Amino acid sequence: MTWLLLAEAAVPEGGLFDLDATLPLMAVQVVLLTFLLNSLFFRPVGKVVEDREGYISTSLADAKQKLEQVQRLEAELTEQLRGARQAAQAAILEAEQEVDNLYREAIATTEADANRTREKARREIEAQREQAQSQLMGKVDEFSTKIIQRLLAVS
Amino acid sequence: MALLPFTLPFAELEVGNHLYWQIGNLNLHGQVFLSSWILIGALLALVLVGTRKLDRDPRGVQNLLEFLWDYLRDLARDQIGEKYYREWLPFIGTLFLFIFVSNWGGALIPWKVFELPEGELGAPTADINTTVAMALLVSLAYFYAGLSKKGLRFFELYVEPTPIMLPFKIIEEFTKPLSLSFRLFGNILADELAVGVLVYLVPLIVPLPVMLLGLFTSAIQALIFATLAAFYIGEGLHEHH
Repeated sequence: MTWLLLAEAAVPEGGLFDLDATLPLMAVQVVLLTFLLNSLFFRPVGKVVEDREGYISTSLADAKQKLEQVQRLEAELTEQLRGARQAAQAAILEAEQEVDNLYREAIATTEADANRTREKARREIEAQREQAQSQLMGKVDEFSTKIIQRLLAVS
Repeated sequence: MALLPFTLPFAELEVGNHLYWQIGNLNLHGQVFLSSWILIGALLALVLVGTRKLDRDPRGVQNLLEFLWDYLRDLARDQIGEKYYREWLPFIGTLFLFIFVSNWGGALIPWKVFELPEGELGAPTADINTTVAMALLVSLAYFYAGLSKKGLRFFELYVEPTPIMLPFKIIEEFTKPLSLSFRLFGNILADELAVGVLVYLVPLIVPLPVMLLGLFTSAIQALIFATLAAFYIGEGLHEHH
């Protein structure tokens, strides 16, 4: 391992606080390391992290916007649904009323028809009865005349 | 060491010994660079593996990297503010990652396996040069941030809220890097020494709680250094009106 000793001659004393050319060289080394790490580590990793942060915030904003849109659409649809329900209710009511009306009308016409028929029948019966009565009266008269003639003929 | 009946090969204490590399007439602490290269290599390997295929749905190591990124961004944003943190995030983040990897690597990797002719491998942050280098970088960053954003009005900071503060503010410019560097250096070195002494005395089990405490301190020190660095830079950028 003696190759590590670049020169054997005139080795200084050493000591804890031995400041020498190590200092500026180490400073240069740290500065070089700064530039190296800047291009190898800080810039690429920073770019990735900040890109991701940007991506997340835009996605979040996007999602928020979409959520708003969804809520607006939902409200609109609810409104439409309520309108449709009201329309359906109204249609049902109308139909029920119409059915009721038709039913009443039908009942009324049928009742009137029946009444008319009954009246007609009653009148016919009356007329026939009267006719029959008058015929009967005629017959009674005839018979009584005949009876009287017979009685007169007998006596 | 002669007082003890036996010595363990992994339980020797060395303080202040360095593996010297000499370039021209400049001296370098070789062991600091060797361990920092290994640790930086591990960090870069992790980053390369994790960023090989970045996806919007993270997988595997990408999760860890994103967690780290998020953590560091929050740290920088809290201290520097929404307006300017982006430009400073790489610097703050690199400080945190480098210190954290150094501290934990220094505590977790069995460096004694690698024999060095002189000195020993360990956390790069246990060497005063590393911490002073980073603390001075933070000071430079602070002045650069303030002067580039506010020009000479940056120096109004020294007389606010009242000019009486001027000497204290000037002293503060020196104490900031001093406290930053010595806090980190002292904590990490003290942790290594405490663990070393305990391992030397009782090689089994007893050092474990101190080692765990050391891991905790190491993480906290990385956080403190990065947070203070971000705070100083944020202070330099702060608008007073």
